[in-house]
Amino acid sequence: MTKKKATKKKATTKKKASTKKKAAKKVAKKTIKKKKVSAHKIKPGMVFEYDAAPESSAVVNIKPKYDLFIGNEWVKPESGKYINNENPATTESLGKFAVGNDKDVDKAVKAARKAYDGEWGKMSGKDRGKYLFRIARILQERAREFAVLETLDGGKPIKESRDVDIPLAAAHFFYNAGWADKLEYVYPGKDVKSIGVCGQIIPWNFPLLMAAWKIAPALACGNTIVLKPAEQTPLTALLLAEVCQEAGLPAGVVNIVTGEGPTGAALVAHKDVNKIAFTGSTDIGKLIAKNVARTNKKLTLELGGKSANIVFADAAIDQAIEGVINGIFFNQGHVCCAGSRLLVEESIHDVFVKKLKKRMSTLRVGDPMDKNTDIGAINHKEQFDKIKEMVAAAKKEGCDFYQPEVKVPRKGYYHAPCFFDNCSTSDSIVRDEVFGPVLSIMTFRTPEEAVAKANDTQYGLAAGVWSEKGSKVHQVAGALKAGIIWANTYNKFDPTSPFGGYKESGFGREGGRHGLLPYLEVK
Amino acid sequence: MSNLKVIKTVKLFIGGEFPRTESGRTYSFNVKGTNDQYARLCQASRKDFRNSVENSRKAQPGWASRTAYNRSQILYRMAEMTEGKRVEFVDLFKNALGKSETEANLMVDEAIDTFVYYSGFCDKYQQVMGAVNPVAGPFHNFTTPEATGVVTLIDADEFNFAKLVDSISAIITGGNSVVALLGKGCPAVLAPLAEVFKTSDLPGGIINLLTGDLDEIKGFIGNHMEVRAISFQNEREDVYFEMKADAIDNMKRMIPRRDKTRSLDLILDFVEAKTVWHPIGQ
Repeated sequence: MTKKKATKKKATTKKKASTKKKAAKKVAKKTIKKKKVSAHKIKPGMVFEYDAAPESSAVVNIKPKYDLFIGNEWVKPESGKYINNENPATTESLGKFAVGNDKDVDKAVKAARKAYDGEWGKMSGKDRGKYLFRIARILQERAREFAVLETLDGGKPIKESRDVDIPLAAAHFFYNAGWADKLEYVYPGKDVKSIGVCGQIIPWNFPLLMAAWKIAPALACGNTIVLKPAEQTPLTALLLAEVCQEAGLPAGVVNIVTGEGPTGAALVAHKDVNKIAFTGSTDIGKLIAKNVARTNKKLTLELGGKSANIVFADAAIDQAIEGVINGIFFNQGHVCCAGSRLLVEESIHDVFVKKLKKRMSTLRVGDPMDKNTDIGAINHKEQFDKIKEMVAAAKKEGCDFYQPEVKVPRKGYYHAPCFFDNCSTSDSIVRDEVFGPVLSIMTFRTPEEAVAKANDTQYGLAAGVWSEKGSKVHQVAGALKAGIIWANTYNKFDPTSPFGGYKESGFGREGGRHGLLPYLEVK
Repeated sequence: MSNLKVIKTVKLFIGGEFPRTESGRTYSFNVKGTNDQYARLCQASRKDFRNSVENSRKAQPGWASRTAYNRSQILYRMAEMTEGKRVEFVDLFKNALGKSETEANLMVDEAIDTFVYYSGFCDKYQQVMGAVNPVAGPFHNFTTPEATGVVTLIDADEFNFAKLVDSISAIITGGNSVVALLGKGCPAVLAPLAEVFKTSDLPGGIINLLTGDLDEIKGFIGNHMEVRAISFQNEREDVYFEMKADAIDNMKRMIPRRDKTRSLDLILDFVEAKTVWHPIGQ
C-alpha cells in the first residue's frame, strides 16, 4: 500500500511539475533554502537556548539573625552589632550576622583554651578521629543544604558548590579523621605533639571548603580552634557550627566568630593564641605576618597567586583549551591558584586564541542557582568594582581585549569572561592578581622562555603545563617555582594532595601528610 | 736561629674566591680572654653581603640540579678534607680558644661526623618526606621537596664548630646555597673551613662565608629580595625579631634558633613541597 501511495504521489508531483514548471521550481528552491538554514542551525558548537533549570532553595532555612558560636552555644556579640549579608546574584538580603569584637574573640579563645586543657586535649586520638568522621558523614548527609547555602551566599554556580566545594569539604574531614590516631607516622623518626589554640581566618571564595581545610587537620592533630569566616560569606561556616553540635563535639573545640577585619585582627593579636593560619590576599597576609613577627606564634599563610598556564605546540589542543577555560573561569576566577596567565607557544597562538574565543562564547553566565550556569555572580560588590577597574586599566595599557557578548541578569554582580591578548610581562594585568574571570595571554618560543616568564612573578602558588611529551612536561614542572604543578590538567584538588605556595604565595601546606605539619610541633 | 712567625690574614669567602672586603676594613681577632691578636679579619660590608647573595643566587640552580648522589659525595668530600686539615683546626681551637688537645680534636671529630651525617641524607630526605598521594581520581600525584633558594645563616656568637657545620650542611643538603655571617666566638675558623669547601668540588658560590659585625649589616639581610630564607642561629633575640619583621617583604622563611643538630627537620626547614598532578588515561 505504501508503495502504491508513494508512486501515486510521485506521479501527481510529476504531473503538477509538468504543468507549472516555473512555480514548482520556485517552491523547490524555497524548500532547499529552508533546509539549508535548518541544517546550519544544528552545527556543533552552536549555543542553544536552554530552559532555566533552577535548584530549589527550599532545602535551606536562613535565619534572620546569626549569633556567634562560642563554647558550643550561640552567643550574642558584645558589640551588639549585626551586619547585613547579601546574595550577590540578586542583591537580596540573606539575614544579618554578628560582628565579634575583641571581647568576643577573647571569650572564644578562652573557650578554646579550656577545651584544649580539658576534654579535647586529654582525648585519645582514636576518639578525636571518630568525631571528625562523624562531621564528615553529617556533611555528606546534608550536602544539598550546604551546596544551596554556599551558592546563595557566594554566588558560585550550584554545579560547582554541589560537585566540588561540599564533597571536597566532607572528604577533608574524612581524610584527616583517620590521621588523628596515627600521628606518630606523620614525621618519620620524630615525636610530634599538638600546638594549642589555633586562630584561623578564611576567605570568601570557597567558604566551607576553606573552613574544612583549616579545621580538619587542626582538630586531627589535637588542637582547638577559633575560626573567623569571611564577612562576605559566613553562612556555611555557621551551618558547620550546627553540624559540630549535631556531632556532639565537646564545647570549645570549634568556635566561630564572625565579623569584619577588626575581628580578624583581634584574633591575630590575642596573646593566648598559639598559631595563626590565614588564607587570603597577600596584602592582608603580610599585615598578619607583621603583627605576629615579634611573637613566637606559629604562622601559616596561603596567599595570592598569578599562576601561569603553559601550552606547548605539541599539546592536545582541545584538552588544553578546556584546561585553560577551567583554569581561569572556574568559580568566576575567584581562585588563588587560577591560571590567570596563559603562556602559549608562538606557533599555535592564532589557532589557540581562535578556539579559545569559540569556547568562551559557549560559557553560560548568569543565575548561579541554575544548574546549567558555568559562571555565576561575582562574590560581592567591592570585588566586582575591583575587577572592572583592573579591566579598564588594562584596556588603557593597550592589551588586546576580547569578551564574548553574553546576556547577564540585570540585578546582581556579573562579569562576563574575558581575556587580554598580546600582553607583555610588565603589564598590570599580567603582574597583579585580579581574582576574577580575566585571562592574560603572552607567547613564548622555547621551554626556557616559558619557564622564565612563568617564574617572573613574586608569587609561586601553582602552574599548568600542557604537552604530550612526557620528558618535557617533567623538565618544565621541575623548573617552575610553584607549589602545585598541574600537568595536562588544572584546578584539581584532593585532601590527600598538599596545597600551598613558594615565595610570596605564603608558607606551609594544606592537605596530605604535609598539611598536618603546620598543626604539629616536631620534638 | 729564630724563626719569625707569619701571621695569617683571614679573607672573606665569596663565590668560591677569597677576596678582601670591598670596604678595605679589617679588625683584630684576639686570643680568647686576652688582648693578643690571633689574626686580622675582614669586616664585611653590606656590599660584600650583596655580592655574596648575587654569587649565591647564580650558583644555586646548578647545585640544586646536581644529582643527589653527587651532592652526597661532595658533602662526604668535606668530611675528608676536614680530616686532612685536622692539625690546622686543632691548632686554631687550642691557640685561639684555649682548648686542650683532646677538646680540640673532639670538636673536629664532631664536625666530621656532621658532614658524614648530612652526606648520607642528600639522597634520602626526598624519599622520607616525599609522597605519592592517593587522590580520588585518575591522576598520578606526587610531592617532592625542592630547594628554597638562597639562605642567609646568622651564626651563633658562642662558637660551636659542629653546630656551624650542621647549619651549613643542612642548608646545602637540600640544594640551597648559603651566605653565612660567622659569629663572634671564633670567626677565624673561616680560613680553614673555607679551604675545606674550596677543595671539596663544591661549585663556587654555594657556600659564602663572611666575618664582620652583625649590627652593621643586619638591616640589609631581612629585606634583601633575593634571599629566600634566614637561618637565625644567633643568640640575639632582638635582632631575630627585627629581621623577622623585615623578612615579611618577600615572605622569607624565617627559621629560629634550633637546639638540635643532625636532624631531618633541619633539612626540611629549607625545602618547599612541590606537588605534581598528571592524568592517567589514554
